[in-house]
Amino acid sequence: MPRRAPAPGLFCARSFWASRGVGYRCHVSAPQPELLTVTDLRVTLQTARGPADALRGISFALQRGDTVGLIGESGCGKSITALALMGLLPDGAQVSGSIRLAGQELTTLDETALCRLRGNRIGMVFQEPMTALNPLHTVGRQIAEPLRLHKGLSGTAARAEALRLLQRVQLPQAEQRLDAYPHQLSGGQRQRVVIAIALACGPDLLVADEPTTALDVTIQREVLDLIAELVAEDGMGLLLISHDLGVMAQTVQRLLVMYGGTVVESGPTAAVFERLAHPYTRGLFAARPRLGLKRGTRLATIPGRVPELADMPRGCPFAERCGLVIDACRAADPPPVPVGLAHEARCLRVDA
Amino acid sequence: MNEVLLAVDNLSKRYKLPRENLLAAAPEVQALAGVSFTLRAGKSLGVVGESGSGKSTLARLVMALEKPSTGRVVLDGLDLHALPPEALRQARSKLQMVFQDPYGSLDPRRSVGQTVAEPLAVLHGASRAEQRERAVEALDAVGLRAADLAKYPHEFSGGQRQRIAIARALITRPKLIVADEPVSALDVSVQAQVLNLMQDLQDRFGVTYLFISHDLAVVDLVCDEVIVLWQGRIVEQGPPERLFTAPEHPYTRRLLAAVPGIAGMAGMPQNVPSPLPRSP
Repeated sequence: MPRRAPAPGLFCARSFWASRGVGYRCHVSAPQPELLTVTDLRVTLQTARGPADALRGISFALQRGDTVGLIGESGCGKSITALALMGLLPDGAQVSGSIRLAGQELTTLDETALCRLRGNRIGMVFQEPMTALNPLHTVGRQIAEPLRLHKGLSGTAARAEALRLLQRVQLPQAEQRLDAYPHQLSGGQRQRVVIAIALACGPDLLVADEPTTALDVTIQREVLDLIAELVAEDGMGLLLISHDLGVMAQTVQRLLVMYGGTVVESGPTAAVFERLAHPYTRGLFAARPRLGLKRGTRLATIPGRVPELADMPRGCPFAERCGLVIDACRAADPPPVPVGLAHEARCLRVDA
Repeated sequence: MNEVLLAVDNLSKRYKLPRENLLAAAPEVQALAGVSFTLRAGKSLGVVGESGSGKSTLARLVMALEKPSTGRVVLDGLDLHALPPEALRQARSKLQMVFQDPYGSLDPRRSVGQTVAEPLAVLHGASRAEQRERAVEALDAVGLRAADLAKYPHEFSGGQRQRIAIARALITRPKLIVADEPVSALDVSVQAQVLNLMQDLQDRFGVTYLFISHDLAVVDLVCDEVIVLWQGRIVEQGPPERLFTAPEHPYTRRLLAAVPGIAGMAGMPQNVPSPLPRSP
């Protein structure tokens, strides 16, 4: 299959920056109001070991057409952030701070209001398409469901729209596939169906949580291209969650690096990868096996392990594993330090 | 030059699919078609390819978990699939396997000690005392402590669980370890720890790896030789430094092109010196 040219400006971070010459687009100077504003979001989960602070004050903003990536390892809070946005946190979770979607506060909405939002104004794509889809219903019926529910379309109209969506996500033989069941499709095809469902109601925001982790590399590339293309066409905002630095480098404009429930570094993707201001970002980057390393090269590792949420130490969450740690790191949570245009790191030792 | 440890000769496997028509013959799928290669002792062979390319079928045949349709697997001079059952059971201590998912491959109701010592108990009928002694040895080799023997898998992180799985594989002092996507389910920093550990074990004990992965960068780092599988056939074979810089087969090129890389970005540093202390 011939590779499609990437959508200009959005798919490839490199061409995005190049097409705008020098300097990065800055959120503050943009004329339009922000689509999504998250301010000082804190989430406390009830666990067997007592309350655990899963998110400890996350702030970021996203406009239409923006692509933002959340990167980090298991337990850093990236998926909790996505669940909080969609109001899908587990029972007993306490939320403080604010999440505003186009001016509307989401943290105080009740379940009925959230149901009207999910799948309608916020589209979701999850990691494992086999579990995201219902094995007992045809693909067509599952795509039609949000259309009938949120848009009130009739059966025939919803089916026609489902067909259009399947064509839009470039599923081959879309017409026959409307009546197929998920098990009759391959992993990549199933993920295309999940994307079609997410896009059905023309959402303002697409949240994709590890959308390609379960797919083969060649399929991963096709699915990422498709997401980038659709986001560019519809002018949605994209929040992409992944642990894969390579995927991020190619897909998003801005990157938030998460660790221990906080954003430790945030900035334009190219700038983050160039500067690697936070020691954790540096550690992640160095630990990545990459093509062309000499056989037998030892990868740099980050010593220790991610601290348990329930007994997160005072101060910088990365202090215990950091080679640059000083006493001040353990005294209080480091404030964000600007290290470039729209680029900051929560680290006292950025200049070390 | 090291001696050949594993020789796979013209290996094929066909699976029968469910009958579609009562009167017609059941359709078959050719999972592996005429695969041959040799692997020298103390070296690592990488197998790359996508879902359905035959990687896992190859692993199961080499592990003698299934019979091939045609072809031979010769490990250390023994034709595995021609051995009588008892001799095959004895031969099994020479080959061990590490699986992808350290959450699924350890029994949650068995202590680490029981899990790690199980191959010894089954294959050698070793005494309790010997089992314990060897289990402590194996745990030590993977950087875990004797005190961990009494714990259960849920008390460990993903990376530690994969260490336990590796300890279980090491305990019979195998010649060959078949590792099926051993780091795919792990976080980046943990992945690095496990890859380093696997390389250390090779240096210390001279283990040979058949390393199955979809991640070309991982294979490039660990393997001396790589085979690329596509629809059950080897389409290209060679040392990684050649295969990944000058691929000849279009499929290898396509695989390489799909690898998301940061290297393509302008001004990217290729090797960043780490400020972090080396892990013990």
